[in-house]
Amino acid sequence: MKQTLLQKVWDNHAVRTLSTGQTQLFIGLHLIHEVTSPQAFDMLRARGGTVAFPNRTFATVDHIVPTLNQRRPFLDVLAEEMMSALEQNCRQYGIPLYDIDNANQGIVHVIGPELGLTQPGMTIACGDSHTSTHGAFGAIAFGIGTSQVRDVLASQCLAMEPLKCRRITVNGQLRPGVYAKDVILDIIRRLGVKGGSGYAYEYGGDAFDRMTMEERMTVCNMSIEGAARVGYVNPDETTFRYLEGRAFAPQGSSFAKAREWWASLASDAGATYDDVVVMDAGAIEPTVTWGINPGQSVGVTENLPSPSDAPSEDRASVAEALEFMSFRGGMPIAGTKIDVAFIGSCTNGRISDLREAARLIKGQQVAKHVRALVVPGSQSVRKIAEQEGLDKIFTAAGFEWRGAGCSMCLAMNPDQLHGREICASSSNRNFKGRQGSPTGRTLLMSPAMVAAAAVAGEVVDVRTVLRTEEVHA
Amino acid sequence: MDPRFVDTITGRGIPLRGHDIDTDRIIPARFLKSVTFNGLEAHAFEDDRKQLEERGQVHAFSNPRYEGARILIVNGNFGCGSSREHAPQALQRWGIRAVIGESFSEIYFGNSVALGMPCLVVSAGDAEAFQDAVEADPKAAISLSVGAQTVELNGKTYQASVPAGAREAFTAGTWDATGLLLDDFDQVRTVANNLPYVSGF
Repeated sequence: MKQTLLQKVWDNHAVRTLSTGQTQLFIGLHLIHEVTSPQAFDMLRARGGTVAFPNRTFATVDHIVPTLNQRRPFLDVLAEEMMSALEQNCRQYGIPLYDIDNANQGIVHVIGPELGLTQPGMTIACGDSHTSTHGAFGAIAFGIGTSQVRDVLASQCLAMEPLKCRRITVNGQLRPGVYAKDVILDIIRRLGVKGGSGYAYEYGGDAFDRMTMEERMTVCNMSIEGAARVGYVNPDETTFRYLEGRAFAPQGSSFAKAREWWASLASDAGATYDDVVVMDAGAIEPTVTWGINPGQSVGVTENLPSPSDAPSEDRASVAEALEFMSFRGGMPIAGTKIDVAFIGSCTNGRISDLREAARLIKGQQVAKHVRALVVPGSQSVRKIAEQEGLDKIFTAAGFEWRGAGCSMCLAMNPDQLHGREICASSSNRNFKGRQGSPTGRTLLMSPAMVAAAAVAGEVVDVRTVLRTEEVHA
Repeated sequence: MDPRFVDTITGRGIPLRGHDIDTDRIIPARFLKSVTFNGLEAHAFEDDRKQLEERGQVHAFSNPRYEGARILIVNGNFGCGSSREHAPQALQRWGIRAVIGESFSEIYFGNSVALGMPCLVVSAGDAEAFQDAVEADPKAAISLSVGAQTVELNGKTYQASVPAGAREAFTAGTWDATGLLLDDFDQVRTVANNLPYVSGF
């Protein structure tokens, strides 16, 4: 029978059908961090349990780490307490930890792929909704809560309901100035923030075939923003080339065997899907969110919707979002003044994101009224960027160059918006209060668009900047 | 009654209107800076409550009319966004025992199952009708049954749904899955050893 990758990976990891009818699913890779794991270890201890497969769990610190002064103990005593708890738990149970002073530290969804821990055909779970990122490798990867972290620690398994599969085919070529971030923002805009509920999204088509692994990660990362807990791309030569030689990837003759197995897991031609969506890459514009969920977005040349333009069930949401943002329906998004520019996060804090942003701001200056920061997704990204001199380009332009972490994506560290500030952000969520100030406002966009906005001091179409660049070249 | 078995839940309701209420709103990230879940209930919807108050309005979770309510009534895509279990933990510690709504984010739903706090899906119209009824009479008793997939309010019975797996987990008292998952550990080892990436290709 023709099968999707989802079915093959699911079947390979199904331990048994539970009395509830749910599937007991083995988890091949478990990633933990300081925010959602301490209570799970406490629950485990309270039951006298232990960690079943300590070599299949890896830990790092990302959510609460400061990006300026990383000296221990942290100035924030609560953050320091969480760090200590994770360190103690990892020591007690023999779990490898990439701590703040380790060269492998970084955002959990950045370091998993970097280290080659993330591989095709795995099931991957982490107490973080952006675990869908790892689906870029053809893994079935999803976020879980703390009680489920406890379940994985105790048994390396989860009780799961089956997922349906929606194929999203994006054909054609992205136009200059349009990035992977725009692809996923456009998908969410079209299918809605609850459109993916119950589904895994399988992304394909020649636009995806041409994407680098980092671009695929950006798309898979935000699957959850469209309510798809899982998003994946079938593994191909791009995937295998990325993995070869990475620390935890199979080495030598094992790599050839692994590669053969990985290739066999890709969805079969003619596999059946519960739903199919086909899109045209050439029709996607640089996209910017204007509201309070990631589906509330427009192309940068478009105007904001009015409540009266929206379908009746969305009117209240549109009105609420416009009010929170202090925007009017019908106004253009381009020209919106910004206060802060943030480049980073598990969505867009990788080296290719930093390279593209640096290329755009080289020799330019951040607008006087804008506070701009670049937060590499990992220490490794930071190191590569410094070797390439990107840090100097950023700092010369007026960006702050920081240490690795989640930073202003969710603002659990000192990197926060103040008051009603508007932030052009390469992160993944524009929820009310997301960036640390309850009344702060977030405009999600690609890192290139953030760079362009930082220089202009307002939202601009990055394509106009790219055109100027061509003229100068 | 054995608290493991979750089926009939009775109590007063609390209506919370709006679609796509994300977990950052239920419990803002700054309150996640703790190694326990203790005290989260004090901060449930903290920013939403404050912002409404500044405008002279009252959030349901600040409204004395709904004090002691046990059943939360929401609209679509409740609990979207972050996977933080702190969100259902905050609501449970506040006193909520079940949530009724048009739809729920999957991760939020799963986290609630793991806490023994059922989420029942009803039609969009019924969710709004329940919110109207509770606003009109906060003392109205709501009774829901996970097993029968029903909600009773003002003498009328409405159809609700809970997916079969979660329904069985609640009514059979196996929503805390750890024990169940360890029941057949030999089989777990067998599946693990058959995976090429575990056995080393």
